[in-house]
Amino acid sequence: MTGSQFGLFGTDPWWLVILKVVAIFAMLVVLTLFTIWWERRVVSRMQNRIGPNRVGPQGLLQSLMDGFKLALKEEIIPKSAHLAVYWIAPIISATAAFLAFAVIPFGPTVSIFGVETPLQLTDFPVSVLYVLAIASIGIYGIVLAGWSSGSTYPLLGGLRSSAQMISYEIAMGLSFVAVFLYAGSMSTSEIITAQEPIWFAVILLPSFIIYVTSMVGETNRAPFDLPEAEGELVGGFHTEYSSLKFAMFFLAEYINMVTVSALATTLFLGGWMAPWPLSLWAGANTGWWPLLWWLVKVQLFIFMFIWLRATLPRMRYDQFMQFGWKFLIPISIAWIMVVATAKALRNDVQLSNVEILAAGAIVIVVLLAGSWIVQSRQDRKFAEEAEAEALALATPFDPMAGGFPVPPMPGQQYSFTSRRELAQGTTIVQERAPEESAADTDPATEAEAPSEEDTHG
Amino acid sequence: MTDVAIDVNTGEVVVFWVCAILAVAGALGMVLSRKAVHSALWIALTMINLAVLYVANSAPFLGMVQIIVYTGAVMMLFLFVLMVVGVDSSDSLIETIKGQRAAALVLGIGLAALLVWGIGNGLAETSAIGLDEANAQDGGNVQGIANLIFTKYLLAFELTSALLITAAMGAMVLAHRERWTERPSQRIRSIARFQRDGHPGNLPNPGVYARHNAVDTPALLPDGSTLDLSVPAPVRSRADARPIDHADVDEVREITEGKSE
Repeated sequence: MTGSQFGLFGTDPWWLVILKVVAIFAMLVVLTLFTIWWERRVVSRMQNRIGPNRVGPQGLLQSLMDGFKLALKEEIIPKSAHLAVYWIAPIISATAAFLAFAVIPFGPTVSIFGVETPLQLTDFPVSVLYVLAIASIGIYGIVLAGWSSGSTYPLLGGLRSSAQMISYEIAMGLSFVAVFLYAGSMSTSEIITAQEPIWFAVILLPSFIIYVTSMVGETNRAPFDLPEAEGELVGGFHTEYSSLKFAMFFLAEYINMVTVSALATTLFLGGWMAPWPLSLWAGANTGWWPLLWWLVKVQLFIFMFIWLRATLPRMRYDQFMQFGWKFLIPISIAWIMVVATAKALRNDVQLSNVEILAAGAIVIVVLLAGSWIVQSRQDRKFAEEAEAEALALATPFDPMAGGFPVPPMPGQQYSFTSRRELAQGTTIVQERAPEESAADTDPATEAEAPSEEDTHG
Repeated sequence: MTDVAIDVNTGEVVVFWVCAILAVAGALGMVLSRKAVHSALWIALTMINLAVLYVANSAPFLGMVQIIVYTGAVMMLFLFVLMVVGVDSSDSLIETIKGQRAAALVLGIGLAALLVWGIGNGLAETSAIGLDEANAQDGGNVQGIANLIFTKYLLAFELTSALLITAAMGAMVLAHRERWTERPSQRIRSIARFQRDGHPGNLPNPGVYARHNAVDTPALLPDGSTLDLSVPAPVRSRADARPIDHADVDEVREITEGKSE
């Protein structure tokens, strides 16, 4: 894997590799502890509360103490659990969460103990795909946790999360495509250098929005936290987990948050590169400073996660799926077509910007005209359907049409059959007629006939 | 087969033996597991290890796509189906088709022989130039794959995608259910609930009081009349609500009036 463009990767001495691995591991654990505290404090502020402020300065050590407490708690394993899978699920979840960070760049080349090395564990031609691959392995942890608990709510949570993550991974992968097209590479370090003059978040704004939406779905965070919807599924996939195993899921969730934020930073916000006013300073993109810019950008995304959680109610599951499949994915595909066309025109036909814009305007006009024609046709169709429906409503529903019990036709209202009416008519329940007609004479039951169909409860 | 000296470093050897053993173990576990979910997990292990081997063989794109597509999507769908359907109990090992095992054995050996012969034959005529050189021909692994897919194997690629799309369409057609009427949206249902005849909250409870505890007894209003809405709709629509016992009403009235004095 030592291609020419990856000259500096894969040449680190062994101690530096270990150092980087340990540093990334420690950073992720500390970031998790910090994010939990930060989330609790920010959400509290947004809800007019104070939040944890007792342990350590400003309550900073609260999540560390919670972690200790969680690890020392009694572990309860359900009798119906499938033990091997039950054990392995949190391990898969946490391991995958850590692994994804191997290809995230934190900064440019720096000197560590006299060795010139990039601030990134490793990189290879398809490292963004590697993050996707690791994420899809991480889903196994959740799905298996749900299945192996041997209990209904976790199973439902696991099913939901597998459906959700598969759906949103498609939109996520599609949002990468435009970035790949513009960067001409799938390696994280090259994507960052490709954003030198302008960030992809600006020129590929639709991709950015699609990615940010799907990354919330991918991490099971509010408003897309359906796999662990407390009101519906108790705790979702981790309902039956306690003690350290639960802590590992918790850890994985927060690391995944950091991972997707870091990926968003890398792909769309120029990674470690300094934002505009700072980039005027010549030293902004050298040495250890970029690590700070990177951290600030990632924290911005994490703040957005927290803000979303404090603001938005949970979506309904069917709406969530519809949003993913019928909105995000088609829009992504259309946007990729636009980007690819523009790119191809620029590469092959040598069109100027004005010509491309003019062509785009013509295409938009054609699309608008086409959609207007389709729309007016559809309106006419709907009007015809409404007419037919009104006609169907005009003819009353006959539950015994042709002498057989039949369901109502489309548009017809189903009506309950009263035994009394049956008794009065000349239909099948003749033998019950005497006792029914006896009840009929009672004035109390003659109260106004119920028209609404609402059922009790 | 080759006259190029292939230098294999220690790392590659270690990766090969670890992943190869795990992959074969996964394949055996898949066949030998009694539980369908366990089989699915074993095959996921095999796929991941194959992906690692691809990456080690300078095919990183193939390796990653193997994990994303097969482990992440296909196996996940398998698991999904297994979990929904709940194929949990061990499968019955009775042969339903006569001679199936013998046929499977013969065909399996035949396929293996064919593959060995075919690949061996194919490799005999080509000389290896080394992975780095192979990748360098198009300027990289990804570029090389793209070049092959979109030039030499374009027809096969497009045909495969057409086949997959047809299969997806077929699955959708099979699973499709025609709705007779449009599904009432949350908005429409909410509006209906708050309209004049609707009832936004819980309906009042039936008149379950001292002498009766049946749901067909309507609740009594303060003026002694009955509230039909309190009787469950099925009972109400059959006009089967219990007639009111006026002795009860009088008794209740006496008690309440007595208290109020």
